[in-house]
Amino acid sequence: MLSLEHITHSIQSWLYGSFNARLALGIEFLIVGLGAITLFAILGLVLVFMERKVAAFIQIRLGPNRVGPGGIFQTLADTLKLAVKEGLTPDGADRFLFNLAPFLVIIISMLALAPIPFARGFRIWDINIGVLYITAVSSLSVIGILMSGWASNNKYSLLGAMRSGAQIVSYELSAGFSVISIIIFTGSLRISDIVASQQNGWWIFKGHIPAFISFIIFIIAVTAETNRAPFDLAEAESELTAGFHTEYSGMKFALFFLSEYVNVFIVCALGATLYFGGWMPLHIGTWTAFNHVMDFIPSSIWFMGKTFSLIFLIMWFRWTFPRLRVDQLLNLEWKYLLPISLFNLLLTTVIAIMGWYF
Amino acid sequence: MFEEVGTTAEGDLVINVGPQHPSTHGVLHLIITLTGETIKNVEPHLGYIHRSIEKMCESLTYRQFIYVTSRMDYLSSHINNHGCALCVEKGLQIEIPPRAKVIRVLMDELTRLASHQLWWAAMGMDIGALTPFFHAFREREAINDIMEETCGARLTMNYMVPGGVMVDLHPDFQKKVKAFIVLFKSKIDEYDELLTNNTIFQNRMRGVGYLSKADAISYGCTGPTARGSGLSCDIRKLYPYEIYDQLKFDEITEVDGDCFARYMVRLKEMKQSLSIIEQLIDNIPSGDFQAKTKAVLKLPKGEFYSRIETARGEFGVFIVSEGGTTPYRIKFRSPGFSNLSALNHMAKGHKIGDLVAIMGTLDLVIPDIDR
Repeated sequence: MLSLEHITHSIQSWLYGSFNARLALGIEFLIVGLGAITLFAILGLVLVFMERKVAAFIQIRLGPNRVGPGGIFQTLADTLKLAVKEGLTPDGADRFLFNLAPFLVIIISMLALAPIPFARGFRIWDINIGVLYITAVSSLSVIGILMSGWASNNKYSLLGAMRSGAQIVSYELSAGFSVISIIIFTGSLRISDIVASQQNGWWIFKGHIPAFISFIIFIIAVTAETNRAPFDLAEAESELTAGFHTEYSGMKFALFFLSEYVNVFIVCALGATLYFGGWMPLHIGTWTAFNHVMDFIPSSIWFMGKTFSLIFLIMWFRWTFPRLRVDQLLNLEWKYLLPISLFNLLLTTVIAIMGWYF
Repeated sequence: MFEEVGTTAEGDLVINVGPQHPSTHGVLHLIITLTGETIKNVEPHLGYIHRSIEKMCESLTYRQFIYVTSRMDYLSSHINNHGCALCVEKGLQIEIPPRAKVIRVLMDELTRLASHQLWWAAMGMDIGALTPFFHAFREREAINDIMEETCGARLTMNYMVPGGVMVDLHPDFQKKVKAFIVLFKSKIDEYDELLTNNTIFQNRMRGVGYLSKADAISYGCTGPTARGSGLSCDIRKLYPYEIYDQLKFDEITEVDGDCFARYMVRLKEMKQSLSIIEQLIDNIPSGDFQAKTKAVLKLPKGEFYSRIETARGEFGVFIVSEGGTTPYRIKFRSPGFSNLSALNHMAKGHKIGDLVAIMGTLDLVIPDIDR
């Protein structure tokens, strides 16, 4: 069966056959870079459209339905509108930092995309510390947000940025701990190893209760980390107008917007990889026939299906829950999630040592 | 007049909230002093939508000035019109026909329901839940359709006139209202499921924006705001007008005095309004919908005051007449203005997010405050 793996392999062997090694590597970089940017843009468009349709579904309305069949070109039209808009820089803003911030945010989102396996053998960079790399890089985005809030010379932006700083730094801990519990099971930080370890069952099923608890903590923490409702305090429309990106317009605003959605995609992809086997098909023990049928579904569809289910879950949160207050947000992390995840880590370790998982 | 916006000597942040801000529900301008996220002082500045309605009324006849009052509290325009009509009728000593009375009460309660629905919708938005907005508007739409059929307008009805109501009910009125009752009864529990029972929502509302009964009295708060503090102040019960003394309904009071109490008062009032509508919808007496009045109304020399319970509290109309065709002076007592005055007291020491929640539970309508 022709899969993405074969395509990448044939391209690679053709490149290395036709050019010398250095040039081939350069061309590969170029292809991967262009591919990443294209993927980025497509993800942004798809996710914005999906969010609007999900919101419409939850809010008993139709959503975008004018541009193109079912409104699928609506986000394209919006992007076009944002692209031709003037990118204002407010008076008194720190011009350099103000203009740098959106690019920083989007670059960080792009970097975090690198080790994610989209399908069997289809990933940009299988680094040996993959999970650590994603956690580390994605926590950098707080710098971009703080930068934009500070440089805007707007008090709402500053408040939003400060909230965001406190929030991301706090929830990073819980997200990290919940990721660690899976790493304890797999014994490897390399994402391909983590996926391979789920050959005969996903960690959410194999890992007993601790894996389930850590999944719930993971989902809460990453929702907070990506500044999505009910943790959207950095934007907090009704309190801070638009929080840290109040002063941004045109394409610079669009970059913030895009990076938010790509961040959601990244964390959901990570969640799908850690807990739901990434591109690994659903296998149930000794049901050979069933497993065989599942193998027929391409791995990219498995991966995207899992990721988008998690994205839908996060969107569902957004359109159902009210927003927390800033002190409640920090209470939730430091008084509840962190102790629970520490205890859960202990539990995971015990289970891993005793070999009680399947 | 305006405090300098920026940073104070103590290092506190002074910022403008409004007049263009998503949570001020219109052109309310607050200057808030912050220490970090904590509010030290809230200073409302009014006048952005002042249209000098009281002065305009002085040059309009007693039939004409009622139209202007629809533009004050646009969410309960029926009740504003009703209050003015009551005051003029008091001056002229007209007894209005029973059919008109029932129609007026029905319309008032429908308006109250619609207003509370909109408040509930906006409350969710303030707290950060965007979905309630659309769910509440679904039911409000049905009320607006009923209003449109009978009054010809969906927002500024101008339906109540001195002596009764302007035109008779639309033939479909009863049928549509009954359909609405069925619809709303099936949906009101959704309100609880979506917002009231949500843990995040309750944590945001409980213990926030406390207003004691004594403070409610001294700030002149009325309506659900004061009833949330345990103050019994429903004009429909205390000084019944029209046929409210013959109806069975409860005055809702809560004792907690926080945002959640005010929230629950409004939510329960919706059910009471619904029960009033149910009692009346099959018992609309036949007969005239308007008493015979002279073509030109002239109030006798003197001072007249009438009070009425709007969705936001006590709405008072005070007319000073010199005996001419236009009032010498009109003063409106709007509930929103007094309720807003308690904002600083309630918001001090809370976070910015709480300020938004408190403003939401005050149910402010800015054109009502500014006039």
